[in-house]
Amino acid sequence: MRRDIFQAIADPTRRAILSLLVLGAMTPNALAEHFDSTRQAVSKHLKILTECEVVTQKQTGREIHYHFNPEKMKEIDIWLERFRKLWEDRFDQLDSLLNDL
Amino acid sequence: MTNNFVFEPDMVAKKIHIVREFNAPIEKVWKAWTDPDLLEKWWSPKPFKAVTEIMDFTLGGTWKFAMVGPDGKKSWIYAEFTAIEHGKTISSAAGFCDDEGNPVVNGPKWYRTTTFAAIDGDRTRVDIVIPFDDEATLKSFAEGYFKEGTAMSYNQLDELLAAE
Repeated sequence: MRRDIFQAIADPTRRAILSLLVLGAMTPNALAEHFDSTRQAVSKHLKILTECEVVTQKQTGREIHYHFNPEKMKEIDIWLERFRKLWEDRFDQLDSLLNDL
Repeated sequence: MTNNFVFEPDMVAKKIHIVREFNAPIEKVWKAWTDPDLLEKWWSPKPFKAVTEIMDFTLGGTWKFAMVGPDGKKSWIYAEFTAIEHGKTISSAAGFCDDEGNPVVNGPKWYRTTTFAAIDGDRTRVDIVIPFDDEATLKSFAEGYFKEGTAMSYNQLDELLAAE
């Protein structure tokens, strides 16, 4: 299965998890308290977020904390820049066409 | 002549707003947007070409075209017209399909509404709104538009990476 930043933010629960982790690292239990879904469901989302590399795990003693990885979010900016350029190029081509019509 | 290009992602309203002005009357711009022979000349960034197979520019009708690469490789795309107000607005829902026009199962979908307005000096302003409020659209960001804009990967991506 595809694992990238878009996959990471495609699900509303995952977006909510990321919003919480932006504020500070959290354990899976602490995160689960914010959601109606089961601890297992939250774990599954954390697994996907980890595979998408938008969060990282750090072991502290017996506890695992999840950290937000801002570098990965930059990929959205890169994508937006490419998309902006696509439309810009398209419009420039239309300019030349309109000149000839 | 300024063209007032705007490309504005709105993360709160979950949409991208694109604006551009063209130095031509609205009839011409509308024609360029709806006539397949003209679309072929500008829709796809070089070296790609948007080659139309079907253009049924009616409500519920479909524009089926292929993005043809320099190697002759084709990616088929269909766009269904979900709203048309002649000379003013076009809304469409698009996705990938096979060469017979069957939509790719579970493939990405993307939507947009394009609005045309006459402005001073016999010029035209075009507004495009692209929503991304659901999972399907976000998926299309990664898969759909990337592919639609594949041509860029040859030039702009290189530039972008060089600038990183």
